[in-house]
Amino acid sequence: MKRFLCALMFAFGAFAAGAAELTVFAAASLSDALGEIAPLYARTTGHALRFNFGASGLLARQIQEGAPADVFFSADEPRMDRLEKAGLLLSGTRRTLLANTLVVVVATDGNVSIGLLQDLAGAGVRRIAIGEPATVPVGTYARQYLQKMNLWQPLLDKLVPLDNVRATLAVVESGNADAGFVYRTDALISKKVRIAVEVPLADGPKITYPGAVIKSTQQPAAARALVEYLASPAAQAVFAKYGFLPPR
Amino acid sequence: MSDLFHVTLFTLGVALLGTALILPGGVALGWVLARRSWAGKAAIETLVALPLVIPPVATGLILLKLFGRHGLLGRFFEQTLGVEIVFTWKAVVLATAVMSFPLLVRTARVAFEEINPRFEEAARTLGAGPWDVFWTVTLPLGARGLLAGCVLAFARALGEFGATVMIAGMIPGKTITLALGIYHEVQLGRDAEALKLLVISVGLAFAAVWLSERLLRRRTT
Repeated sequence: MKRFLCALMFAFGAFAAGAAELTVFAAASLSDALGEIAPLYARTTGHALRFNFGASGLLARQIQEGAPADVFFSADEPRMDRLEKAGLLLSGTRRTLLANTLVVVVATDGNVSIGLLQDLAGAGVRRIAIGEPATVPVGTYARQYLQKMNLWQPLLDKLVPLDNVRATLAVVESGNADAGFVYRTDALISKKVRIAVEVPLADGPKITYPGAVIKSTQQPAAARALVEYLASPAAQAVFAKYGFLPPR
Repeated sequence: MSDLFHVTLFTLGVALLGTALILPGGVALGWVLARRSWAGKAAIETLVALPLVIPPVATGLILLKLFGRHGLLGRFFEQTLGVEIVFTWKAVVLATAVMSFPLLVRTARVAFEEINPRFEEAARTLGAGPWDVFWTVTLPLGARGLLAGCVLAFARALGEFGATVMIAGMIPGKTITLALGIYHEVQLGRDAEALKLLVISVGLAFAAVWLSERLLRRRTT
C-alpha cells in the first residue's frame, strides 16, 4: 500500500513537473524504429509519446482537417511543404531527419525470379504492390522512378495500389502480389521477403524524412525538444540500426 | 463524368451479380430454416447471421485468408480453375455476396414462415410432388418477400466497404465501387468528387430500401 502511494505520488509529481504526452503523426515506415525510441525518450525526458502511424499523405490531410498532432514526421518533403504553405507548422521547427532508399521485394518462398527492374514487365509477374501514389510517399517515389525508367506505362496494368508502405509489404509477404516497392528499411524487418532490386541512391528519387512541430500544439516546448531529440546521436543510432540513412 | 458513370455502373453490376450468386442458396437455406428443424439448427442460424454483426473487415480478413493465393480456396481456384480472385473484380463480387447473404436468408425465411403450411399440404394431398409444390405454391406465395429480400441484399451490396477493401483493395478502374470511391477521393483530398459519389450512393440506397419497404408492406395488408 505504501509503495502504491509512493508510486502514485511519484506519478503525480512527474505530472506536476510538466511530464507531457505528445501525439506524433508519423510515416508508417517509421513504426518499428519509433516504437524503440519511445521508451528511450520517456526514460530521458519523462515525456510519453503516442503515435498515429499511416501514409504521410493521409496524416498530412488529417492535420489539415484539425487532427490534434503535436509533431509530424513525414516520409517525404511535399506533404510537409503542403502543411508549411498552409501555415500549420511552427516556424523554424522543420528539419530533415533521415533518408532512405527504394527497393523491390519478392516473397522469400516465392518462385518469381527478378534480378533487374525490367524483369517486372515479364509474364511471371502478374501483380505488383505499390503505395497509392497520391497519398503514400513510397508509391510516389516508385512512380517517379518507374517513369524515369520508362516502365510506368508498361507496368500500369499490374499495379495494386495500397494504403501505406506496410500494407504493401504485407501483400508481398502473403504472396498475394508477386513483387512490391517498399523502402529498404521495411524490407529489412521482414523475414518473409527478400530484396530483389535495390534502386541505387544516386539513380533513384531523393527520399528524405522531415519532422516539424505543428502550430496548434499545446506543448510547443516539449514538441520542439522531441524534434531535437530525433536528430540527436542517441535517436539516430536507433534509426541507423533499422537501416535508415542520415540526411544527405 | 465518365469516371463517375463507370464507377456507378461497376457498383450496380457487382451488386447485381453478387445478389444473383447468392439467390439459389439463400432461398434454399431460408426455406430449410422456415420449414425444417434439426439438432444443430441454432448453430446454423447463428453462423449465417454472423456477417451481419462481426466487423466487415473481420469478414474481409477471413475471406482474404481463404481466397488469398496461399489460402485453401485461393490455391484451388488459381491452380485448378485458373481463376485469380484477390485484387480483381471477382473479389468485389465475393465480398458483397458474403456480406448480403444473411439479409437474403433472413428475409426469405420470414417470407416462407408467413405462408400457411396448409396450402402446401393441400397441394400435396392433391397429388403434387414436393418440387411441384415448391414451384407452384410456395414460391409464388412468398415471391413478394423474396423479392424484398433480394432488393435488401442488393442494397447492402451497393454499400459494402470493409470486407471489399480487405480482399479487393482500391484499384482505380478495377475494384473501386461507390463506397470505396468515397473513401478514396477523400484520402486524395478531392472532397467534391467524393460528394458526387455520396449523392449517387444515397440515391441508389434510398430507391432500393423504398422499393423493399413497399414490397414488404403490401404483402402484410
